[in-house]
Amino acid sequence: MNLLEIINLTTHFQTPDGIVQAVDKIDLSIREKETFGLIGETGCGKTVIGLTIMRLLPPTATVGGEILYNGKNLLEVSETGMRKIRGEEIAIILQNPTTSLNPVLKVGEQIAEAIRLHQGLNKHDAKKKAIEMLDSVRISSPSRRANEYPHKFSGGMKQRVMIAMGLACDPSFIIADEPTKGLDVTIKAQIVELMKEMTEHKAMLLITHDLGVAAEMCDRIALMYAGELVEYAPLDEIFEKPLHPYTIGFLNSLPKKGLVPIPGMSPSLINFPDGCRFHSRCDYATGECKQKHPDMVEMGNGHFVRCFHARS
Amino acid sequence: MAQHNNQFMDVIERFKESRSVTIGATIIVLFCLLAIFAPQLSPNNPTKACLDDRLISPFTEFRYPLGTDHLGRCFLSRLLYGTRISLMVGITVVSISATVGIILGVVSGYYGGLPDALIMRLVDATLAFPSIFLAVAIAGILGQGLVSVMIALVVVDWTKYARVVRGSVLSLKEKEFIESARSLGATDLHIMARHILPNIVAPIIVVATLGMAYVILSAAALSFLGFGPQPPTPEWGVMLNAGRVYMRTEPHLTILPGLAIMAMVLAFNLLGDGLRDILDPKRSVIE
Amino acid sequence: MFNYVLKRILQLIPALLIVSVASFSIIYFAPGDPAETICTGPDGNTNPESVEKFRIEMGLDKPLHTQYLIWLNNVVHGDLGYSFRSEKPVFEHIITAFKATLKLSIVSLVVSLIIAVPLGILSAIRQNSLIDVSCMVGASLGVSMPNFWLGLLLMLLFGVYLHWLPVAGYGAGGDIEHIILPAITLGTGSAAVTARLMRSSMLEALGQDYIQTARAKGVPEQVVIGKHALKNALIPVVTMVGLNFGYLLNGSVVVETIFGWPGLGSLIVDSINMRDYMMVQGCMIFVAVLFVAVNMIVDISYKYIDPRIHYGAA
Repeated sequence: MNLLEIINLTTHFQTPDGIVQAVDKIDLSIREKETFGLIGETGCGKTVIGLTIMRLLPPTATVGGEILYNGKNLLEVSETGMRKIRGEEIAIILQNPTTSLNPVLKVGEQIAEAIRLHQGLNKHDAKKKAIEMLDSVRISSPSRRANEYPHKFSGGMKQRVMIAMGLACDPSFIIADEPTKGLDVTIKAQIVELMKEMTEHKAMLLITHDLGVAAEMCDRIALMYAGELVEYAPLDEIFEKPLHPYTIGFLNSLPKKGLVPIPGMSPSLINFPDGCRFHSRCDYATGECKQKHPDMVEMGNGHFVRCFHARS
Repeated sequence: MAQHNNQFMDVIERFKESRSVTIGATIIVLFCLLAIFAPQLSPNNPTKACLDDRLISPFTEFRYPLGTDHLGRCFLSRLLYGTRISLMVGITVVSISATVGIILGVVSGYYGGLPDALIMRLVDATLAFPSIFLAVAIAGILGQGLVSVMIALVVVDWTKYARVVRGSVLSLKEKEFIESARSLGATDLHIMARHILPNIVAPIIVVATLGMAYVILSAAALSFLGFGPQPPTPEWGVMLNAGRVYMRTEPHLTILPGLAIMAMVLAFNLLGDGLRDILDPKRSVIE
Repeated sequence: MFNYVLKRILQLIPALLIVSVASFSIIYFAPGDPAETICTGPDGNTNPESVEKFRIEMGLDKPLHTQYLIWLNNVVHGDLGYSFRSEKPVFEHIITAFKATLKLSIVSLVVSLIIAVPLGILSAIRQNSLIDVSCMVGASLGVSMPNFWLGLLLMLLFGVYLHWLPVAGYGAGGDIEHIILPAITLGTGSAAVTARLMRSSMLEALGQDYIQTARAKGVPEQVVIGKHALKNALIPVVTMVGLNFGYLLNGSVVVETIFGWPGLGSLIVDSINMRDYMMVQGCMIFVAVLFVAVNMIVDISYKYIDPRIHYGAA
């Protein structure tokens, strides 16, 4: 049963330089209790997918396609209806906890706010719940910490607060955008553990550029390149039988594989090249790749790839 | 070098795009033209009283397009000559206080230590007074006249430049090119003139442009209060003060000089704000 | 915290000493013998008796630095000398005038905040709309408008033509009718500056990540603006209150003179015109100490407004 189904989703932004096609005709589905990893380089449009699902885009954005959540198209829900969904049914843990926490509001209050809004608790009970949440994300002396402002928290602790805030209303679906960005190795491991534990019975879309984190947490993984998905498959398939040259390049750039970077730069999201969007950086590119844009093809075992040469 | 060029072109591009720079600069150029050609443009002698033609309303007599004041002096001519005075006061005060402020600021920032402490305490002391109180006291003690007003305004105005310059010098001093110049044996004076001054031009231009607005407005206020030039001089603040007695019957004597002051001050404020947005990339991020 | 306050006060001492020297020397800058200057009326007549009395009282036969120390000692003890005109203590005059100025300043500050804060917020959330553009054009005009001119225009409109409000005066101890016009005149300039600041800091706050966080929690837009953004955006505006106070004090010189409001501004202008130099001296030192104190208090109170600032080692 699919909890979330994204069909032919496009998100475009009007900018002075032209139309940025951040998300271009994407299809993906996320099942109940599944953790789905969305992986790609900075600027490939992966964060925009998260914001599009939450309908948190600036007015310059235009969205097309469908986002079915429990069969209901989120793009057709009213703004008021959407407000009820945000935080209560779908929560997003935004990247950069340092700037994402309001510096002039107490940490406890920032968590309690969502609880008050969605669960109708009074100030006192909401605060109690907020303290429980801080406790559950392993923040020591939570009742004292709840009365402090964010600047007194370290980076890892702020990330814990963000997680507590996202999970405060017990949502059934969570979008986590780069939850481990900027954290050092030990803290990162702790956060990954915490998130695995806290989202065990929930569906999650994990947006990251860190394959290691994705390998720890995800059931299925999709790779995104220049606004579109290029490959998706169950976790083991991706690591054992990567098919798309971009995926292979991405795996080779992992530290344990010798840190071989993919040469070249990803194309701008304003003017896509003809043919396959990856061809200029691809070792296997042929004349066909320069002219025709490949479609997503199923290779069996729930493994999909967008490459003419995948079968060979 | 290419990048440097790009940056320069970028600034030029933004100059053209900035509406407030365009409007401000246009009005200022217009006022400058009026000031330069005041003798040619004025229909009458601005100081010649003609008691038979007292308090003529504007647009009623061809000889006096904007009417006359309580002594029968041509109001248009007086307004035109007033442009000269306001611009002259602004330019004089700003150039003197900028020069004083820049010198003291550079010395303070560059040498630090005792000179810095002395200069900064002087700045603190000047800023301890609300500026108009200080200016009024100084102008009042020195006696009426345009020179007193200008001296008073220099005394309150120089601190801005000193503070801006000192701040810039302090941040520049640590830069590598200053170090390398020093290691090559450049003298302090050489370093200040060749390496430091060119790098603080942008903030000084901004402060000076906004300073023009401040000085012109303050000079008009001091003149209005009676500390400025004496009656025959066609200074806008003085004219406004003289006209207020006849506010009931001849409101143009109050309204027109005020409009003139506002237009000139507005022009310098617009130009200064626009320049700041262009020259200080940190601030323009906000917009 | 206590150490910080103490440090701030100690830092002020050198500047205040220079201020006192400057105020003290006012009399010496005026042309002529200081005792005669002080005891000469606007008509140019001198009362030789009072000249002599003053000379001895102030120790004017002693060296300059001794005179300064005598004077400073008096000032520290609240003795600012006697007004030539009224022969009453300068300090008494100043306190009376200060009350009037304080009243006018507070009303003006309230007026300016009532105008500026809502308009600034509205301009920010409707960026580039007609409202925004007209507010910002209005702010540019407000900053550039000579307040003596605005005051006269308001007088002309509401006092002379419409007869709604008294043209000038203090009324019965500065009643509401008499305070409206000067307060609006004085408040306009700072309202213009505050509205601009409110707009830009609101825009900045609305662009921050924590706004997205609030929206992601399902917080209604009015709460996002009124709580999450406004709480941050108000910090620079509150910070400006100190600066605003200087703005208002400066403006009071002209506005009080036009409207005949018996505050510090009109007191100093009158005293200069009447050559009442003791009074000028007293006003200067009082205003400087007041100004410095207000700025310091505002500075220290930031700590309570902005949780990010902490004065540990600083």
